[in-house]
Amino acid sequence: MDAQISFLDRLFTSGLLLDTGVDGLYGRSGRFEDIIAAFERLIDRTGGDDGAEAIRFPPGMNRAIFEKSGYMKSFPQLAGTIHSFCGCELDHVNLIQCMDEGKDWTKEQQATEIVLTPAACYPLYPVVAQRGNLPEDGGLFDLQSYCFRHEPSKDPARQQMFRMREYVRMGKPDEVMEFRQLWMDRGTQIMQRVGLPVNIDVANDPFFGRAGRMLVNNQRDQNLKFELLIPITSTENPTACMSFNYHQDHFGTKWGINLNDGTTAHTACVGFGLERIALALLHHHGLDIEAWPEQVRKELWG
Amino acid sequence: MNEAIRELLAKVGGLPVSIDQITDEEDLYNAGLSSFASVQLMLGIEDKFDIEFSDQYLNRKSFSSIKAIERTVEAILKNNEDA
Repeated sequence: MDAQISFLDRLFTSGLLLDTGVDGLYGRSGRFEDIIAAFERLIDRTGGDDGAEAIRFPPGMNRAIFEKSGYMKSFPQLAGTIHSFCGCELDHVNLIQCMDEGKDWTKEQQATEIVLTPAACYPLYPVVAQRGNLPEDGGLFDLQSYCFRHEPSKDPARQQMFRMREYVRMGKPDEVMEFRQLWMDRGTQIMQRVGLPVNIDVANDPFFGRAGRMLVNNQRDQNLKFELLIPITSTENPTACMSFNYHQDHFGTKWGINLNDGTTAHTACVGFGLERIALALLHHHGLDIEAWPEQVRKELWG
Repeated sequence: MNEAIRELLAKVGGLPVSIDQITDEEDLYNAGLSSFASVQLMLGIEDKFDIEFSDQYLNRKSFSSIKAIERTVEAILKNNEDA
């Protein structure tokens, strides 16, 4: 914990991140953004020739789609919903009075049709399903979005709003597994090129509650999730900077995504935690970006 | 016990076939039991038999067939008696 606070303080002091008064919600400086932009170009250079279809969704998604996705069954503690004032003029008077008196004014806020995107790929599946059967060679998509997870923390590597770059593959089981392995290899190589120590390990999502323990065990038993780990604020508990997920036919069945022959598509995704990667680079090479090793700067900025 | 498990499975399992068509040894996941349905089944069994699955039993194997569920419940009941 001390190491986390110390690193966060140094990031604030150096002006790389800006304190907003809320744990896990930070402003980004131009220098910080420059690292992320450079790393994304490195991702583009690595996966750019694969022919992925680029799609960018805003950081909010259709609430009905979110509900159908089943996210609340597994991660209710992480979800964020958007509420707005939908009252009349009298309600407005009451709202202002309530705020003036320092009372809880949020109780009367109404849920909108938008929830905050929990993972960049969540809005993708129903959109692809709507197009009809996938082409002969399946589908490959390139996504990036700010995501939200309600887990306030002093660890700068655990932010509540952060960007996730993703590639999503839809196809036959062997095709999506091959895609996942390809990115496990590529991810390791990319990180090594920018001087980061990596380890890939089997992982699980943070399923809620005791019942979630069973989902955790199932996920680990089946090797459905791997993470690429880099020490940032702890060597004992390194930070997941990439994840490699095989969903089996979960999303294919859920959304009716079918292959060219009408059978259910399997899906897999690889995600880059962009802020975490920037933080890993800052931790390992120092807060003075100009002083980073020449080889690392060359990989990132040419 | 077998009947009670079958009754719960029919209620929360979300299987595409009638419970009568599932044999005791049949793989429930192959028959269409989802991960989340298996969690609901687990909670239903806990409620029905007034037991609590410890971490060692919270896995796919424990719920892989009606027979496996019976074995798991029997093991937990026996542990409770011994305790």
